[in-house]
Amino acid sequence: MRKPALVALLLATPLLAACTENVKAADDSGDSRTVSVTSTDDGCELSSAQAPSGTLTFDVTNDGSKVTEFYLLGEDGQRIVGEVENIGPQLSRQLVVSAPEGDYVAACKPGMEGDGIRADFTVTGSDQEPSVSAGDQQQVDQALESYEDYVQDQSDQLVAKTRQFVELYTNGEDDAARALYPEARVHWERIETVAESFGDLDPKTDAREADLEPGQKWTGWHRIEKDLWPPATGYTPLSTKQRAFYADDLLGNIETLDGRVQKLTYTVDQIANGSRGLLEEVASGKVTGEEEIWSHTDLWDFQANVDGARVGYEGLEPIVEHKDPELAQTLEERFAALQKLLDAQKTDDGFVSYDRLSHAEVRQLANAVNALAEPLSELTAVVVS
Amino acid sequence: MTRGLPAGRIGPTEGAVDLPPDDTGEAIGLSASGLTITFGFGPALFRDARGRDRFGIADRQPEALRTLPHFPADVLDPERSYGDLCVQACADDPQVAVHAIRNLARIGFGTVAVRWSQLGFGRTSTTSTSQSTPRNLFGFKDGTANVKAEETSDVAQHVWVADGDDAKAAWLAGGSYLVARRFNMNIEIWDRQSLGDQEDFIGRTKASGAPLSGGTEFTEPDFSMPGSDGPVIPRDAHVRVVHPDFNDGVRMLRRGYNFVDGSDPLGGLNAGLFFIAFMRNPDTQFIPVQNRMAKVDALMEYVKVTGSALFAVPPGIGAGEYVGQALFA
Repeated sequence: MRKPALVALLLATPLLAACTENVKAADDSGDSRTVSVTSTDDGCELSSAQAPSGTLTFDVTNDGSKVTEFYLLGEDGQRIVGEVENIGPQLSRQLVVSAPEGDYVAACKPGMEGDGIRADFTVTGSDQEPSVSAGDQQQVDQALESYEDYVQDQSDQLVAKTRQFVELYTNGEDDAARALYPEARVHWERIETVAESFGDLDPKTDAREADLEPGQKWTGWHRIEKDLWPPATGYTPLSTKQRAFYADDLLGNIETLDGRVQKLTYTVDQIANGSRGLLEEVASGKVTGEEEIWSHTDLWDFQANVDGARVGYEGLEPIVEHKDPELAQTLEERFAALQKLLDAQKTDDGFVSYDRLSHAEVRQLANAVNALAEPLSELTAVVVS
Repeated sequence: MTRGLPAGRIGPTEGAVDLPPDDTGEAIGLSASGLTITFGFGPALFRDARGRDRFGIADRQPEALRTLPHFPADVLDPERSYGDLCVQACADDPQVAVHAIRNLARIGFGTVAVRWSQLGFGRTSTTSTSQSTPRNLFGFKDGTANVKAEETSDVAQHVWVADGDDAKAAWLAGGSYLVARRFNMNIEIWDRQSLGDQEDFIGRTKASGAPLSGGTEFTEPDFSMPGSDGPVIPRDAHVRVVHPDFNDGVRMLRRGYNFVDGSDPLGGLNAGLFFIAFMRNPDTQFIPVQNRMAKVDALMEYVKVTGSALFAVPPGIGAGEYVGQALFA
């Protein structure tokens, strides 16, 4: 008898075109805090040379032939209050900026060269005057410095523990290596967004088997993970020589990373984006148990990503507290709520194995990650505003 | 059914009361709704997993009709992938498309069995200059630069298999290859990216679909136009990565659909783009472009491929012929 053929059925139903097109709302000309800017190759026209203090919106349209930028600068013509870059010809972008009373300079920079085409811009006093804090720059400097210290310290610890880990692994002390594996990785996961920014090192160090492309040699943490927690069948353990190779390779890459990290400096938006990025790492890999499919030590990584995100945020907190106290409070509460769920999974030597979590527990963690990640995605815009 | 008639000889309500109707009835009162049905043959129709000739047609297996290779970021669910045959029903009304599939599956019981199916909606690519460009679930216009039916020389060059393309598979001349890929989108994470970042990932504005190098939707992207930090259309922007200029001039006729299959176990939307594309040769078109995309495209952070299949679509049929006649004759 012939085997029945297996059929793939594809259904597809194009929807009819929408009946009407949404018409963009006409410019709210009554709003004196919205200023239209037309940038051309040799001009920079503002619909008004002044606006009342508060949150200002500049609608910048590029009518020129080159990519343009728009800046709102301080009275000295140097301090950048706000900027919007990369506006292609015939495109528009918005700059939203909080501006207290004072004298400013507005500048279009067609072709992104030189000082740009400048004009004076005045912000008059109003009842929506944003509060100014003389401590702003100091807060920023402090945030940058403490984040730099944090990353360097984590990187130092990462090198030390990786060295210890690969030594145990090459010596065949597997129990001790297994115990140290998640502890060493914690330092990687805390600064994962920084580590990942080195596109050449990340795939060699942290690739999962499923991420490999054809012909790519699998090296790094997860290669060793599989050897320490091998699948029950169909797996050939690595020889002593192979172990030495993967161990040296991992340590070498971690040392290279450390060398680069020591020279890094940061900006507040990088820290804020890093914080958000770490939560994305949790949502896409750790909460689903895909990161550590052999060791099931995902909750260590989970906690470490959250640690890194929290440290990044805490450095910026004074700035957020000042600019958007409501957001600061929400983030505070949601970091705490997520931490409480993680604390419930702590054991004497770390965390419950991921495969021991019930579906309801995973679900709770996922919900708490979403609850935190959503407001955290506003952080960058708030700290740079 | 493509003429709005019932699936069986008798009809949904016209037959004997003691027999199940030979048409399932949910299309009663609906028009044909532009229903089209496309059939395709998978590699496994020709040879089984051990390479043995299944139905005496292995010598006619097209050269390029092989299981697609593993691509980075493929997390394939075998139960949503592959297949010996494919049946695609497209209609302006989902009920009509589902009706076609359901009745064909029913007629086939005993000869064929359903391996997987996917319902899509809201075509994500224009295939004619008379259509406006629809949006995918990332919220962006998709398929602006698609091959359009009116571009007859491009269609001939990139879509239809020509006489002499494949000596073993002369039956496929005038047909095409169909690649189906289920791209699950990481919807919740995507939604937390800033507007500027989303536009940088795609390389187009979200509002009008214009390339970031300026103009309107149909302005050709200027990939060399400088921006503040590298080109204004970033190096890993989707529009650049898959553009013919960076892929040996390769184009494909994309006819993808959005899909939402409820929620995943963690409450996220199980949704994305059901990519369907027709092409003359997957070895030189889909495979290299997909490899390039998987390696460098910024969008790969936000998608995961969960289903994959390749079929050879025989040419259309004339009166009195059956589908794939040239293959089986």
